[in-house]
Amino acid sequence: MSIKTLTIDGRMVTGAAGESIFDVAWNNGIRIPRLCHVGGISDVGACRLCLVEIEGWPKLAAACLTPVEEGMVVRTQTERLRRHRKLIVELLLAERNHVCSVCVQNGHCELQDLAAELGVDHVRVYYRFPRLGVDMSHERFGLDHNRCILCTRCVRVCDEVEGAHTWDVAGRGVNCMIVADMGEPWGNSETCTSCGKCVQVCPTGALFEKGKTVGEMYKDRRFLKYIVTAREKRQWIR
Amino acid sequence: MTVEELYEMRDRERERLARLRERIYCCSAAGCLSCGSESVRRALAAEIEARGLKGQVEVCGSGCMGLCSRGPLVRTQSDGAIYAQLTPDEALWLLSEDPAERRRLEAKRLDLNDPFFTRQLKIVLANSGYIDPESVHDYVAMGGYQALAKVLTEMTPEEVIEEIKASGLRGRGGAGYPTGLKWELVRRQPGDIKYVICNADEGDPGAFMDRSVLEGDPHRVLEGMAIAAYAVGAQQGYIYVRGEYGLAIQRLQLAIRQAERERLLGNRIFETTFGFRVDLRIGAGAFVCGEETALIASIEGKRGTPRQRPPYPPERGLWGKPTLINNVETFANVPPIIMNGARWFASIGTETSKGTKVFALAGAVRNTGLVEVPMGTPLRTILFEIGGGVPEGRQFKAAQTGGPSGGCIPAELLDVPVDYESLAAIGSIMGSGGLIVLDDSSSMVDVARFFMEFCMDESCGKCIPCRAGTVQMHEILCRFSRREATRQDLELLEELCVLLKETSLCGLGQTAPNPVMSTLRYFRHEYEARLTDREGGAQ
Ligand SMILES: Cc1cc2nc3c(=O)[nH]c(=O)nc-3n(C[C@H](O)[C@H](O)[C@H](O)COP(=O)(O)O)c2cc1C
Ligand code: SF4
Repeated sequence: MSIKTLTIDGRMVTGAAGESIFDVAWNNGIRIPRLCHVGGISDVGACRLCLVEIEGWPKLAAACLTPVEEGMVVRTQTERLRRHRKLIVELLLAERNHVCSVCVQNGHCELQDLAAELGVDHVRVYYRFPRLGVDMSHERFGLDHNRCILCTRCVRVCDEVEGAHTWDVAGRGVNCMIVADMGEPWGNSETCTSCGKCVQVCPTGALFEKGKTVGEMYKDRRFLKYIVTAREKRQWIR
Repeated sequence: MTVEELYEMRDRERERLARLRERIYCCSAAGCLSCGSESVRRALAAEIEARGLKGQVEVCGSGCMGLCSRGPLVRTQSDGAIYAQLTPDEALWLLSEDPAERRRLEAKRLDLNDPFFTRQLKIVLANSGYIDPESVHDYVAMGGYQALAKVLTEMTPEEVIEEIKASGLRGRGGAGYPTGLKWELVRRQPGDIKYVICNADEGDPGAFMDRSVLEGDPHRVLEGMAIAAYAVGAQQGYIYVRGEYGLAIQRLQLAIRQAERERLLGNRIFETTFGFRVDLRIGAGAFVCGEETALIASIEGKRGTPRQRPPYPPERGLWGKPTLINNVETFANVPPIIMNGARWFASIGTETSKGTKVFALAGAVRNTGLVEVPMGTPLRTILFEIGGGVPEGRQFKAAQTGGPSGGCIPAELLDVPVDYESLAAIGSIMGSGGLIVLDDSSSMVDVARFFMEFCMDESCGKCIPCRAGTVQMHEILCRFSRREATRQDLELLEELCVLLKETSLCGLGQTAPNPVMSTLRYFRHEYEARLTDREGGAQ
């Protein structure tokens, strides 16, 4: 396997050919913000938070989808990137109804953490306050569309890891909605195996276990690494 | 069919046409159909039958003749005259051998020396109005499929690519990527299975260039695709047509059937080892499916959302295979380039933009319709000479090119030559060819709001800046319309412009701010005039 040497935020780092800038950065302790990426499933480059500057490139590049190249000079924390990331998080907070104080995920939500990290102390854009439903038809889990950021982690984990493809996106633009099967209530889904993988990868409180109250929903995605290692290396190790 | 048989077919059809005393073309493109050209045609056909004129006079449909605002248009072959706004009764006068009858239509006869006709140069639309789009014989009589015969029997794929490169042809789908280079990229990819896709999704509001080509001259697009397939090494092609284009779909289906029957498509074309099939795929009405990666996903049966590029389609396209994707008008330019040579094509246009461009002229101009001009023609010529200027009593204010991805050009810049670089330099784009004229009664804020609403509705929703950002920009523009916007809103609007441009995943989001940015650049005072006195922003 060939090794690539590059510079990220002024540090010399190395990565394997084909590895993404994102992975190489994180392996070296350089945290690039993200919401749609989660290790173990495919990347879609949708949240645009991991955009980085690469010297000589005319446009910003999504770190999760850009393989490292020899001699690349990458910057992940410029003022411009920080401004963009902040506004993206503001857009998300205003898009649906994110009321942390009553959320099961309060205190360990990826969106909340990111907002804090980026210093989003207020939102400049207009809150939309859409009227959205909560699907509580499943026996064990709930889906609160008010807290969904359409990262599609649930869609991908269900399709790629569980192999059920229960979830998908319906509609277009701001009217996009995560739907089960052909738009069924989750509880009626014939494909859902109730494995709960979607719940564990959801970055916010949109997918949760029933019975959890404010701040009680902790998510654990170690299972992903376990399954991916088993698949790729045929080793069943935790 | 062999090449000899193609020439025989051409000569037979030419002789047959020469024996006719008159051939009457009734425009059967969508514009004229909607003003009743079909009843004109039916009346003529019935009368020819009744008077026993078969074999002497023939009536047929034709592609767009350009002046859509004056339909139904009818052209007579014997004298080349075009008549506008004919009723079925009036059209019957054209059947008489007595010239006096025809003179009664003098008032409806268009002046072909008008700049509308003389200032145009037709390459892509050369056959539109001159052939029956439903007849492969007509296309062959005009020299059709000779370019395909030539490349298959006389040229190597590399030579074809060299010819297209030398011609300087650039993609007509919007971005203007050099077509020859793209073909070469696909050719150089390893692998036996490659695809050619024709992008006929044409979703810009007000644009109908591709539609007219497909409705008026569908075989030209098939021929262009077959030449491309030979050049890049593909055996299968797809035409992705938007579902709203019923007539174009029908004509394409017919054209494909005819070409297959004449063995101009299928296996062993012109008795060579080259085979090529074309299938249609019908879009379901999403603008974003015109974006190449979304279009490919849609053909694959997936949700039509764009994906990150690179890898670009020449490397990883349809079903992961190397894929060439070009616009309808791009393919339509290919047969004439092969027949007349790269040098001829490169002699038309400007240094960097060669050939012609078709524009759909709409809005506040006298002559609305379809026009084709050499690249580099000043905008003023298109709007004031060909378009006839703004109707009486109104003042020109701006021209909008490039639809929702383009910008507004103010009166001071009317002398800009229409080519890719010049338009980009003043903050607009060539786009696919929509050209809307605005007069002094339009508010530029409302124009920007209209296009933003379009982008908001058409955003696929995959990436956050475009999905959530277009909604916010639209909200702010609505506040301007209602005179409720504050200075903070204006700042936020500008910040969102930069965000969408720099961070959106695909071209839709990246260019969605263009109408706002260009109106802010040239008509900022209109925004300022609509600020409220009230202090404060969103919160
Ligand atoms: C949002 C969006 C919509 C597009 N719509 C079209 C379209 O309707 N027709 C088209 O030919 N190209 C369209 N394009 C451009 C295509 O992605 C692609 O560049 C083009 O088909 C390439 O052909 P060309 O090289 O012949 O121009 C669109 C691009 C974007 C970003
Ligand atoms: S820019 Fe808009 S249309 Fe393009 S991928 Fe993002 S959300 Fe979809």
